[in-house]
Amino acid sequence: MAKVKVAWFDFCCCEGCQIEMTNFGEPFLKLLELVEPVEFREAMSEKTTERINVSFIEGSFSREEDRVRLEEIRERSDVVVAYGACAVTGGINALKNHFEMDDYKEAVYGADKDMPHLDTQDAKPVSAAIKVDYAIPGCPIDKDEFLRVVTQLVHGTSKVYVPTYPVCLECKLRETVCRYDDGDHCMGQVALAGCGAPCPADGIPCEACRGFVENPNEKALEQVLQERGGLSAAWAKKKSQMFTANLRGDA
Amino acid sequence: MPTKNVNIDVHHVTRVEGHGNIVVNVTDGTVEKCEWRVPEAPRFFEAMVRGRHYSEVARITSRICGICSVGHTLASIKATEEALGITISKQTDLLRRILKHAENFDSHVLHVYFLVAPDLLGAPSVFPLAATHTEVVKRALRMKRLGHEWASTIGGRSTHPNKAVPGGFTNLPDNANNPREAAKALETLKQKILDMVPDAVETFKLLGDLAPNIPTFERPTEYIGLVDDVEYGLYDGKIGCLLPDGTKEIVEIDDYRSVTNEYMTPLSTAKYAKHKMESYMTGALARININYDALHPEAKKIAEGLGFSAPCLNPYFNSIAQFIECINSAYMSVGYIDELLEIGIKDEPLAKPTKFGKGSGATEVPRGILFHEYEYDKDGFCTMGNCIIPTNQNHANIQHDFDKLLPELLEAGKSEKEIELALEMLVRAYDPCISCSTHYLDVKFTK
Repeated sequence: MAKVKVAWFDFCCCEGCQIEMTNFGEPFLKLLELVEPVEFREAMSEKTTERINVSFIEGSFSREEDRVRLEEIRERSDVVVAYGACAVTGGINALKNHFEMDDYKEAVYGADKDMPHLDTQDAKPVSAAIKVDYAIPGCPIDKDEFLRVVTQLVHGTSKVYVPTYPVCLECKLRETVCRYDDGDHCMGQVALAGCGAPCPADGIPCEACRGFVENPNEKALEQVLQERGGLSAAWAKKKSQMFTANLRGDA
Repeated sequence: MPTKNVNIDVHHVTRVEGHGNIVVNVTDGTVEKCEWRVPEAPRFFEAMVRGRHYSEVARITSRICGICSVGHTLASIKATEEALGITISKQTDLLRRILKHAENFDSHVLHVYFLVAPDLLGAPSVFPLAATHTEVVKRALRMKRLGHEWASTIGGRSTHPNKAVPGGFTNLPDNANNPREAAKALETLKQKILDMVPDAVETFKLLGDLAPNIPTFERPTEYIGLVDDVEYGLYDGKIGCLLPDGTKEIVEIDDYRSVTNEYMTPLSTAKYAKHKMESYMTGALARININYDALHPEAKKIAEGLGFSAPCLNPYFNSIAQFIECINSAYMSVGYIDELLEIGIKDEPLAKPTKFGKGSGATEVPRGILFHEYEYDKDGFCTMGNCIIPTNQNHANIQHDFDKLLPELLEAGKSEKEIELALEMLVRAYDPCISCSTHYLDVKFTK
């Protein structure tokens, strides 16, 4: 079987999802028996002119000038995978979308805020610029899920499987005490699962870094955060924007 | 024969974290342009933390950088604890030190093996090495995996650790059900670190063989890094500033702005920093130059074996300094685990705030000193944030290195390709982490 040619590209992000791939240990070499990295700026100096079978794109689309680069990648690739929260939903970068641009520029750059090159647009998912075939959500991605998706792509499965149920289900499966029962708050009831719910098990609330399930009840979420979590109305609203600023109805 | 004409335009230097460009124009022996540029997209983290509860701030700022996320988490937590009057326990202090050492080891292994070694072994990346130097790559993957497990045992995850929060840790190491199991998990971690010794010895031999390939270049500059009473400056301490004449100044963390002095320059997209000299260096080489005496004896042995002596003025030796620090981090962590086991692991609640105000915190990330500062209102919501990352502090120093190095390379009659590689290797030596994009400006250059 010919190796699948894969490439990684990065936009506005922390590049932590790329780092996750270096954490497999020696078994990583097994993966290299199936795929051949042909372009990967963070790790390789090589570039390719050949057709890329699968491109993984990390980071948000946050500047119009990045559109051309994204379109070129789409043009060169058979399959495009949005890789990590920033690429899939806009991720943490989208938090700024709820502020006025003038306001956040002033907060960071003070008197220099009006320099024209500081303008950025709202942080959006990669799919706002180009067609995306598959998504691996999460901040950071779960490396086992990455392997699962790659395996399915390499072996030509017709449909790549991604869970559609909420994180609460995964907490129940691993018998984690509910954050609410521990006097905390949580967003697991509307957060998209697939991560295995590590955060509540680690003692912190789920903040929906993978995004929401389909049709989340935002109103009920804010209500539960207030009534059972003890958050103020303003905090409950902000909480529901943490990694999901682009996914709310008011985005 | 000196080289007369050079035209280099490296758009997005490879094998660095984030995006940087190198532009050089030399015509008839005259340097018209020699610039290190940073076109990273601004991300506005300091604006995004405003209005956030203190329990959420570190989880947001951790996302500034995927490689230094432990350091960003810890610097953020320390600043928040300072602002909120939170006092942590001895156990939390020791666990955080182990976590910080884990990141240092993890990131340095990544840098030395995956980003720098290909240059020294004459390969464009680590992937072709999998076929030609299989044992080297296997070792690199094993050591990287250890760094990941080491940080995960303590912090829950190595990228964006979730268990380290203001006031302590939300769960015992390895999510153990009770302190006895936690102690066992720490014993296991200690053994894994000790089992790494043969790989470290092989790395030592490899670096010894490759050291002659490291370019010779020196430029006296100011070195800035943490100085700690407890150990080699990494997790905690005050700001140490070392000048080429050997004078050392110690500055309180709260006065960090008097050290960083951020300023704008038309030559760069990032804010630059300067202290006593025109620029300064921060990172492993700076730390080791400032703190050599505080290194663990085993790390000193490695330094001596590699012919390293402090102060070292060759920035290309930053990678060697990183490996010496890996050994220091391994042995220090083993010592801290022993200390924890001796005092006994306890299931501790998080320490609570006693006030709401303003505070700053600093820690060393693999690439150098990192500052976070926040102010909180009476309900614990953030009203102001400021983060100054090491890569930005190094940009001016990289530029000044370029300014000295390029004429030397021209004089030596190096080809355009050789000059390009030398400049790229210099940038890589600093291990820049450009996606840490706080305080970046996105300037368009006109040619």
